[in-house]
Amino acid sequence: MFPTPIEKRSRAAQLSYQSLLPLALILWLLPLLAVANFSIKPESDFVNGNYWGLPSSFDLFANYGRVFFESNMPRYLLNSLLITIPTVIGAVALSAMAGFALGVYRFKGNLLIFFMFIAGNFVPFQILMVPVRDLTIDMNLYDTKTGLILFHIAFQTGFCTLFMRNFIRALPFPLIEAARVEGVAEWKIFWYVVLPLMKPALAALAVLIFTFIWNDYFWAVVLTQGPDAQPVTAGITEFNSQFRAAYHLMSAGSIVAALPPVAMFFLMQKHFIAGLTLGAVK
Amino acid sequence: MSHATVPDTHPPAQRGWYKRNEIAVTPLLFLAPAILFFAVYVIIPIAQSFWISLHEWDGLGEATWVGTANYERLLGIGDQNMDRKFETSFWNNIKWLVLYLLAIPAGLFIALFLNQTVRGIRIYKSLFFFPFVISQVVVGLVFSWFYLPREGLLNALIGLFGFGPVNILGDPSMATYGIIAAGLWPQTAYCMILYLTGLNAVDPEQVEAARLDGAKGWRMLWYVILPQLRPATFIAFVVTIIGALRSFDLISVMTNGGPFGSTRVLSFYMFEESLSEFGFRMGYGAAIAVILFILMLGFIAYFLWSMYQDEKGGR
Repeated sequence: MFPTPIEKRSRAAQLSYQSLLPLALILWLLPLLAVANFSIKPESDFVNGNYWGLPSSFDLFANYGRVFFESNMPRYLLNSLLITIPTVIGAVALSAMAGFALGVYRFKGNLLIFFMFIAGNFVPFQILMVPVRDLTIDMNLYDTKTGLILFHIAFQTGFCTLFMRNFIRALPFPLIEAARVEGVAEWKIFWYVVLPLMKPALAALAVLIFTFIWNDYFWAVVLTQGPDAQPVTAGITEFNSQFRAAYHLMSAGSIVAALPPVAMFFLMQKHFIAGLTLGAVK
Repeated sequence: MSHATVPDTHPPAQRGWYKRNEIAVTPLLFLAPAILFFAVYVIIPIAQSFWISLHEWDGLGEATWVGTANYERLLGIGDQNMDRKFETSFWNNIKWLVLYLLAIPAGLFIALFLNQTVRGIRIYKSLFFFPFVISQVVVGLVFSWFYLPREGLLNALIGLFGFGPVNILGDPSMATYGIIAAGLWPQTAYCMILYLTGLNAVDPEQVEAARLDGAKGWRMLWYVILPQLRPATFIAFVVTIIGALRSFDLISVMTNGGPFGSTRVLSFYMFEESLSEFGFRMGYGAAIAVILFILMLGFIAYFLWSMYQDEKGGR
């Protein structure tokens, strides 16, 4: 193991490491802690210039209550959910199939198609912006959740296919051959043999795509406007202009907007990290 | 194993066309939906953007063919000056690209710091990682409040050392660096997790052997550990470059391109030209996007080439 395990070092080194850890963490999360502190302060603290000290009264419920009951925040959160979940299902389904095709079969152009998915996944969004916006308007889907979902599914399929294909490649191929010898139809091999083995990959991608889509801002601004369809990342701008300079409420709002992917991460950590490393680093 | 549950379907005597061509047809059927989506929303739009960039177009009426005029105006070819906003954006992109790479050594450093087995270390690792999970919009807000001249914690801290309040995001010479610093926060967390997983896979026998040979500290890291972390470094490099060139959310949230347009990058300038309140100039915007795309294409080609080398090594 590298670096040398701390247990093998002197007692002094162990103690200083143990005390350095929380210190480093606090320093690392300082901007966030400041915002968390903002979000439980009463308004009077800002008037009196008590910006960084302890809150003079504990106003967590009052502040977060106003976020939920006096703004469009719940609508934006619901929109985010209604955009994110169909995208996750769509992208994972499409890429599981594409990954199966690219990972199991040998045919002309296999690698070319695979590389097309990878390359497309790396392009700057801006090169897609004008035509995709146009297409969405032409399909009468501008400012709808469906318009956003369709694009997200398409774009995420690139990354997901890369992941799925590599995962399927690593599965034991003799299993598939054995099924073929038995005369099992190809689609049944996909459904009954490959798919059950892909559960870890499906979980990893689902968690990852959830986070990516929830946090998307660019496409939300390009393809939607207003509280009917906008997800929370875009809606927070409107929220902030509603509570201009009310830092305690704006902080509470941002924390609420950031929370779902954070919760997702802490609940599904193992899968999340497996997805992030693209399966390339074990 | 689940294939045991497959019903026993012996091939019938009469085999249809599908049955006979099953192995050839199945992959096409399985690929069709993904390719359709990807072509409509990714591949074709790239070509369309090239086409639009040769026109002048407000997004509504007829587009007028202008040839390469948009590019000439951007790059200042002929008897005109280079578009100043474009110039600023381009150099800011270079700053992003170079400074963002700091996330890789920083991530490695934190990973080495956290690669221990003391009590509660797992919680520490997750908490160090979690800036990456927060949306860039919120990161941008958090940092713009952190930087506030009066209410911000940063100025309170440097005030303790007798320095005096700085308005990072209000100062054209500092604003871009302030935003990049905010971007480095989640990016470092990402690189850290890549290296932590990488360190887990480092071969302990090699480390022990190197130790017996008297290697330690920096030499051990450089000659024994880093070569084994190559895959992690590659991915860290890919995601950091892509992240740097995609920077948009932070700029939009923290400064909206200001002050005096000093924090624009190509992706932001493109958005501004195409969709801002100053009117829709889709052709000009598309030309900027094409230049950004070509800039990125160099990196994409390199990534694909590296992956192709790996593929050839495999099955």
